[in-house]
Amino acid sequence: MQVPLSWLREYVDIDLPPHELAHRLTMAGVEVGEVTEFGGWENCCVGLVLEVNPHPNADSLQLCRVSPGDGSEMEVVCGAPNVAAGQKICFARVGARLYNTHSERHETLKAARIRGVVSEGMICSELELGLGEAHEGIVVLPEDAPLGTPLDDYLGDTTLDLEVTPNRLDCFSVLGVAHEIGALTGKPVRVPDVSYSEAGPPIAGEASVSVADPDLCHRYTASLIQGIKIGPSPQWLQDRLTRAGLRPISNVVDVTNYVMLEFNQPLHAFDLDKVRDKTVIVRRAAPGETLETLDGTPRELNTEVLVIADSRDPIGLGGVIGGANSEIGPETTSVLLESATFNSFNNRRTADTFRLHTDASQRFEKGLRPELAPIALRRATQLIQEVAGGTIAQGIYDIYPDADKPSPAVPLTLRRLKQILGMDVTLEQVEEVFRSLEFATERTGESSLEVAVPYWRSDINIEEDLIEEVVRIIGYDNVPTTMLSTPIPYRQPAPMTELRGRVKEVLASVGLQETISYPLISLEDLEKVNHGAGDHSPLRVANPMSSDSDYLRPTLLSSLLNTLSYNEGHNEGPFRFFEQGRVFLPRSNQLPNEREVASGIVAGLRSEPSWLVDNGPLDFFDVKGMLTSALVFLGIAPQWEPLPSPEAPALHPGRCARIMCDGNQIGVLGEIHPTVADNFDLKHRPATLFELYLDDLLALPEKSGRNFRSLTRFPAANRDVALLVADDVPAGRVQEILARHRLVERVELFDVYEGQNLEGGVKSLAFHVYFQSPDRTLTAEEVNRTLDGLLRTLQRDTGATLRDQ
Amino acid sequence: MTQSTVQSIEALTQTALDELDSIDDADSLEQWRVRFLGRRGELTGILRGLSQLDLEERRQVGALGNQAKSGLEEALDRRSQEISQARLAQVADLERIDVTLPGRPVATGRLHPTTQVVREITDAFVAMGFSIVEGPEVEWDHYNFEMLNIPQGHPARDMWNTLWVDYVNEEGQRPMLLRTHTSPMQARVMEQVQPPVRVVVPGKCYRYEATDATHEWHFYQVEGLAVDEGITFADLKGTLYEFARRLFGSERKVRFRCDYFPFVEPGVDMSIDCFACDGSDNSCRICRGSGWIEIMGAGMVHPQVLAGVGYDTEKYTGFAFGLGPERIAMLKYGIDDIRHFYSNDLRFLRQF
Repeated sequence: MQVPLSWLREYVDIDLPPHELAHRLTMAGVEVGEVTEFGGWENCCVGLVLEVNPHPNADSLQLCRVSPGDGSEMEVVCGAPNVAAGQKICFARVGARLYNTHSERHETLKAARIRGVVSEGMICSELELGLGEAHEGIVVLPEDAPLGTPLDDYLGDTTLDLEVTPNRLDCFSVLGVAHEIGALTGKPVRVPDVSYSEAGPPIAGEASVSVADPDLCHRYTASLIQGIKIGPSPQWLQDRLTRAGLRPISNVVDVTNYVMLEFNQPLHAFDLDKVRDKTVIVRRAAPGETLETLDGTPRELNTEVLVIADSRDPIGLGGVIGGANSEIGPETTSVLLESATFNSFNNRRTADTFRLHTDASQRFEKGLRPELAPIALRRATQLIQEVAGGTIAQGIYDIYPDADKPSPAVPLTLRRLKQILGMDVTLEQVEEVFRSLEFATERTGESSLEVAVPYWRSDINIEEDLIEEVVRIIGYDNVPTTMLSTPIPYRQPAPMTELRGRVKEVLASVGLQETISYPLISLEDLEKVNHGAGDHSPLRVANPMSSDSDYLRPTLLSSLLNTLSYNEGHNEGPFRFFEQGRVFLPRSNQLPNEREVASGIVAGLRSEPSWLVDNGPLDFFDVKGMLTSALVFLGIAPQWEPLPSPEAPALHPGRCARIMCDGNQIGVLGEIHPTVADNFDLKHRPATLFELYLDDLLALPEKSGRNFRSLTRFPAANRDVALLVADDVPAGRVQEILARHRLVERVELFDVYEGQNLEGGVKSLAFHVYFQSPDRTLTAEEVNRTLDGLLRTLQRDTGATLRDQ
Repeated sequence: MTQSTVQSIEALTQTALDELDSIDDADSLEQWRVRFLGRRGELTGILRGLSQLDLEERRQVGALGNQAKSGLEEALDRRSQEISQARLAQVADLERIDVTLPGRPVATGRLHPTTQVVREITDAFVAMGFSIVEGPEVEWDHYNFEMLNIPQGHPARDMWNTLWVDYVNEEGQRPMLLRTHTSPMQARVMEQVQPPVRVVVPGKCYRYEATDATHEWHFYQVEGLAVDEGITFADLKGTLYEFARRLFGSERKVRFRCDYFPFVEPGVDMSIDCFACDGSDNSCRICRGSGWIEIMGAGMVHPQVLAGVGYDTEKYTGFAFGLGPERIAMLKYGIDDIRHFYSNDLRFLRQF
């Protein structure tokens, strides 16, 4: 909403500098985004064209004699077709800085010889002054413009660009803002007089108006002006509309827009001669009806749409836009003027249906007060007669079924005021606030009031609304600042929040960088990670912003792969990322299951290039090591099992594992499947990926894997054993058998060998095995006996034999 | 015999001491020790020969021998100390490394800046007795709007451009959406517990919004809510003031202005004074010369919201607030474009 100060000053005196005013409005809740100043026209003044003669050397130019009002006379060359003797104009002397329409820059005006005649100044157009776009003709000022007045004083202005919140409908109008300024500065507001004389015939004999659906039209008022003449608006009216950001059209339409900006009430003017039977009916559209709206678009209506109709057809969409069939045109002489209050909910739905969010609908949908309709009607009627002539019919139509309902009054008690604000305010202070806001108050007790809300405010409905009025006018700085003194509630445990925090920290601590990516992805992304077609189809967004982000991700894999691929573009690596986020698994007729997952991807060299380190590519076992550290830190002792490849189609079928804890799967780890790596054009191979399912981690029995064992003071005995097993026997299985004996303290695998000196299909696994007892020193014989027993078990269960034999 | 033994001990001692003087490294010193004092050393050899002497002679020569031995041992200690001291004096030159060479690389990961700032924000409120709760990112219209005093058709819905889930219920409505704020947890929490309530709700939010340097369609929010008997706007001011000081420094000032959110009344917007220029720079990039930076919206919980969850609105009052961690991070770290946050460029992420 653009509000020119010159217009505001018509209703309220403003002494504050514009930026101070903007600040006061902003603090009170009417945010001023920008303050734009028009002016700075040095060496320009109101001038008078004394004489216009043809230019001796050019047909399209004229030679004007201009008085700048100081007794002198200037000779000026002018090319504008509309210049005429006797006009008051904007005269620029040599030295003025103006917009040059040829160079498209601001330049200082110099005396110039134009086709042999020296021009001692210039008569300006809107564009040259920065007032508007027009530069075909010059700006013609009103006849009463004071000759010689500096143009800054006469035309200079400042516009406030308001960012109005949806509740403050009143501040979509100049008068509403004036009321607000009046309240903030203590100045009285002058509301325009809306009276006029009715010289025409009674309106009832000239036109018929009725409301068939009062549930959608709470009040309908109409007046009639006959014998008008359509033409351009006077300059002052055009200037005001332009300054407020609207384009002038013709006098009658301009008045309806002007009054909308002034009072907030949207109005509509019908050409009565185009209204069949001069009959207006406000009703729901009939099935199958259509209307071509003013924007030239034919609209199919439905029965929930409120139309203004004549005796047969719709002629307007109530409160949204008029119909082309009753539009005001140059030939119009009789204007039926509408000022109504439409149902805000229905109005918004109609505007949504046709995607027609007009200046009118944006006001109606916020709920204008019905009291406003006749006031604005009279104001517009008066102005139409002023700018377009004609006579006004006697009386108005005012269809208002709820007229008897009392105006809303809202009660306020000092007790509630204190309960909400935490401070004492006296009744007198409260009354003073409402006086400044022009809200009428009536005492209903020693510490209570009833407050009548004026017609321009539709946002005050409950006591708390009044309390906000009080606090925003007395100022938030005047409210004390206290700490909460109520009891601290029981702290709800938030195990998932805590787990997530710890998982993120520990993954970062083993060298992974946290990333966060958009949870909306495309089906193509899912195909690229071989996401199973058998799974539930993911949730789709009904109104996606782009076709590459229209599904809620059921996996983090594609996000991580995209992150890796993107960073490969401008980075050498190593690449170590993780993301902790939710995946969305649909459930029928319920919100989706939002599962917390932490996934990571690792690729590139093991470390940054270094003078110390012999570098190789990061692989499965690097990531397994990281994860083991991370899980141990979280108090989890992981086990690793080969994973059947159908369960993880994005992973290399021979290089993927399931991460287990106490028989529960808590994640997967594996190399990226070569085709998936191709799908993302990965440069660094192998890329290794893991997923940890936080919901499953959280479900693990508490303290799993964390039982204190007393520190034994008896020495350990070490035996190294090299075992030969078939190469499809998992090393983990052999190690597990060794480790589970009660006298085995720990087992370390220190060598894996296949190849020379060994038969095909056989590998050698070498372990350090540490024997220890909590209660005695083991004898060599005891150790050997135990080891022999273990070897027998291994031979039986895995076919392992001692390599030395 | 005695005489010659005595002489040879004296001669040996003299030789040993002479040689010791010219030794200046630990290895030669050890050789010297072995040669003169070792188990098979020369002095030991002489003393071992004593067994052939008679008792009296043995006593005399033995005493001399032991004296010579301890004399040599003392000399050895002294020399040894001299040598190690001389060496220590040179160790800087002898064992110098180039300490400017890079260290052996250890992989480092960092938390995403949003994670860090969310934590900073929630920590500040947890210290004031708030609990952290979280809610679903896919929500019902009911919780995202209706329970927050934003019914169907309310013009304020335009404040939240919504991404809707493609799901139509039996009534033909489309009630599922990506939450536009974390405020839905207000109603969800209050449905579960009776006052006192003090919670903060961090989480992801989504809006149907074109992105630019200050707008993202996917972002985080931290919502807060405190409800009990006797909670006032003055408490709101105090709590948020304390928060601002914890995050931006104890010398910060705050300012409130009227603002509108349908689920609070009165509603405000809180600014802090500009920490970059203290209001002294008209062209300050952070506060745009105003001296103030808006950091969050807040207000007293609307009675409609309290009534919606069955709270007694005569008895209970409360305040709510909401802020954007990305905005806080941008202010704190001078980040000029919000789109950096979720494009996951390592060159950005590694800076935090």
